Amino acid sequence: MNIVIVGHVDHGKSTVVGRLLADTGSLPEGKLDAVRKECQRTGKPFEYAFLLDALTDEQDQGITIDTARSFFKTAKRDYIIIDAPGHIEFLKNMISGAARAEAAVLIIDAKEGVRENSRRHGYILAMLGVKQVIVCVNKMDLVDRSQSHFDKIEAEFREFLKEIGSVSPMQFIPVSAVNGENLAGKSDTMKWYKGPALLVSLDQFKKAPPKSDWPLRMPVQAVYKFTNHGDDRRIIAGRVESGRVKVGDKVVFHPSNKISTVKSIESFNAPARKEIDAGWSTGFTLAEEIYVTRGEVMSHESLAPLVSMRFRANMIWLSKKPFKPGRDYKLKIHTQSQSVRIHKINKVIDASEAHSALSKNQVDRHDVADVTLDLRQPIAFDPISENESTGRFVIVDGYDIAGGGIIISNEKDDHEDFRAEAKLRDFNWIRGGVSLEARAERFGHRPSLVMIVGKQGIGKHQFARAAEKALFGKGLSPYMLDGTNVLLGVDADLVWVESTQAELVRRFAEVAHLLLDAGHIVISTTNAIGLGDFSAVQSLIPDFPVLVVDIDPSKKGVSSSDLQLTGKESEEAVIQKIYDLLRSRQIID
Amino acid sequence: MEILDQLEQQSVYILRESFRHFERLCMLWSVGKDSTVLLWLARKAFFGHVPLPLIHIDTSYKIPEMITYRDRLAMDYQLTMVVGQNTKALAAGTTFPLTQDLPEGDPKKISRLDCCGMLKREALTHTLNGTWPRQKLNLKSGKYEPDADTEPYHGVIVGARADEEGSRSKERYFSPRDKNNLWDVGEQPPEFWNQFKTDFAPGTHVRIHPLLDWTELHIWEYIKREKIPTVSLYYDQGAGTRYRSLGCAPCQAPIQSKAKNVDDIIAELKSGKLKNIAERSGRLQDGKHGLEELRREGYM
Ligand SMILES: Nc1nc2c(ncn2[C@@H]2O[C@H](COP(=O)(O)OP(=O)(O)O)[C@@H](O)[C@H]2O)c(=O)[nH]1
Repeated sequence: MNIVIVGHVDHGKSTVVGRLLADTGSLPEGKLDAVRKECQRTGKPFEYAFLLDALTDEQDQGITIDTARSFFKTAKRDYIIIDAPGHIEFLKNMISGAARAEAAVLIIDAKEGVRENSRRHGYILAMLGVKQVIVCVNKMDLVDRSQSHFDKIEAEFREFLKEIGSVSPMQFIPVSAVNGENLAGKSDTMKWYKGPALLVSLDQFKKAPPKSDWPLRMPVQAVYKFTNHGDDRRIIAGRVESGRVKVGDKVVFHPSNKISTVKSIESFNAPARKEIDAGWSTGFTLAEEIYVTRGEVMSHESLAPLVSMRFRANMIWLSKKPFKPGRDYKLKIHTQSQSVRIHKINKVIDASEAHSALSKNQVDRHDVADVTLDLRQPIAFDPISENESTGRFVIVDGYDIAGGGIIISNEKDDHEDFRAEAKLRDFNWIRGGVSLEARAERFGHRPSLVMIVGKQGIGKHQFARAAEKALFGKGLSPYMLDGTNVLLGVDADLVWVESTQAELVRRFAEVAHLLLDAGHIVISTTNAIGLGDFSAVQSLIPDFPVLVVDIDPSKKGVSSSDLQLTGKESEEAVIQKIYDLLRSRQIID
Repeated sequence: MEILDQLEQQSVYILRESFRHFERLCMLWSVGKDSTVLLWLARKAFFGHVPLPLIHIDTSYKIPEMITYRDRLAMDYQLTMVVGQNTKALAAGTTFPLTQDLPEGDPKKISRLDCCGMLKREALTHTLNGTWPRQKLNLKSGKYEPDADTEPYHGVIVGARADEEGSRSKERYFSPRDKNNLWDVGEQPPEFWNQFKTDFAPGTHVRIHPLLDWTELHIWEYIKREKIPTVSLYYDQGAGTRYRSLGCAPCQAPIQSKAKNVDDIIAELKSGKLKNIAERSGRLQDGKHGLEELRREGYM
């Protein structure tokens, strides 16, 4: 079992770990003596921390900078102890350690009491989903092993955890790590304490029950087709995060709403299976070949994940550069990554103080925040309370993971009704005898919608026409769909009032959807229907790629378009860029 | 789920994440037990295929069985097998074995550590970044030929385990190395759950460690379960010694052990007989801070 040891710096984590290792006989022979001798030689007082500090870096600074692992065992099981740094500078390392842990031991110095990082670590454990916690109140020798002192700290810390909605620790244990009291065995120096010693307490941690009885979630990690040695399997690979699935099961992929049936469960050098459940990194072939991509979540038809472009989350920020509204970041959740922006900062919690909510317009380093986020395109997820593996995310700024969080709830975005319509439509769609794959084979490309957006009179129509002609010339099957043409016919019955706007968009997208289902590359311009927001169209077309080409001389552009143009480019250049875009998205091979 | 299954699932997940995110991805294969398990896991991850090149750094001092075994497996599994070497140092004869008989204090004398630095670390750095020639196994002829591919690799999969020695216990699954191939232990990115560092600045690369959570015992139990072929050097051939870890012949001492097969080794590890002997203790170059330094500078 993986256990992380956390707590404010100098409260005694390393001493607890060192002592546990020594008292369980888990140290290599002579190691302890060697370190003691080295200390004598250099005139430093012996510290258990030295035992753990394998790196010169750390010995020089005298603080744990990164999570280090140690191994020991009890009669019951093997443990990996992850010693996480308590210094605030190294919070990201503490998180890396804690994110892998199944349970935690939090150390609080009896004399210093609950400090900033005791609280912050408590908060982070809750956020990372570490639900089993033991608190050691250490250095009891410095407070006369006083019960009232211990009780006060226990009451204060339980109160804090309750406030932040975290689970209550299993056990508070008074210990003196340097003296080994209440660690490996009960000490009779604190007779008032009736609970178990730390080691016994650790053995009471439970293994998380397997999630096989939960709703099925398998985020698609990759679609493999390794053609060498005559292998023609097309394998949808991923890890079953929860639930179970059998050969013959009908499965749905979200957000594309694509449906198929599991034909086989694939593996290498393992007996063939008819069923597989949570925890396995596996792969499937499907009976009806459908085009799905990484980041989609496979589920059964009922108990599906949520699909939305907006959610509310709790998160922690770790980067020196603050998390700010108005900027694009990259969100990574299960196997999906997606452009994201802050919709609203609901509150920022200053973890260094108990009960303090700040109103800020950015999230700074080490802040814990409650935020609402906007995605560029819909993604599939679950609230953390329903399913943790599909409910937690990180945010990447530049090249680095800058923060992470958990999804609390789905928030209503503007296109929910459209998504519901698309889902109902896709689930009940009557298929013809010609599959999308067969059409793709014939046309030499997959269907996709290329939306050219930008102000009136900027040359969208000219580029759309040119692109259509050029692609057609290359033997592909493009079709230019001008918004005006939909207005003239399909929309002829509509009298324009403000509320018809959404209806115009809806009809336009449904027409485009028919053309996509027929296998074409649809190139559209949409000013005629007054479309400012392409995400409405995307919501109605979850099952085909929608690419946005934005023309804007100021280059500011819409948030993360797929292709940004100024309108001053030559026709040839634009055609080439659109062609390259289609290739990079594997619309054309 | 059993522990070996759990470890396998996580390693497979990591391998697939690397394959997805790094267009220029390779796997280091020392032909030792760990990286051979890694190779096996790649076949698990990719359903029998190994869709990425394997890199072997040949110091020319490897025990000959290792090379034979390497090429046999490469042919059997149809691997893209790439070999790198510090041909300059070898030609100049500036290696530990060739200078060890020189008198103490002779400036031409090369220490074990410096030898490792040149034959392993430098060779690896330059093979990865493509500045030194690479040799590639022609799967038809079974011969090595100059590799036409000279592009640098940006993702390097390595079989390091956290239990091997102190500094490795601080690694991440995805661990960035800077332009000079240096590892900044203090400035490692956070690793939340299964979200790894998969974005990297030009000129830098990422080391990927799918075996981080495995122990030596897990490795042998897995070799047994999966029947993975291993080099005979790991087993006692009658002399009462065997290698516990493989390296260059001049710097690698066998350990006293009568373990003749995988079962014996597992029993030996479980008995605790080797408990107090560090796994790499047969490696004469490690010394006090030696390994840490090699490691920071890019040798693993
Ligand atoms: N008096 C006393 N000192 C302790 C006890 N446990 C740890 N210490 C000391 O507190 C200091 C910080 O301990 P350390 O384990 O390095 O803290 P860490 O930063 O949390 O790992 C060291 O000087 C220890 O010797 C204890 O039970 N009693």
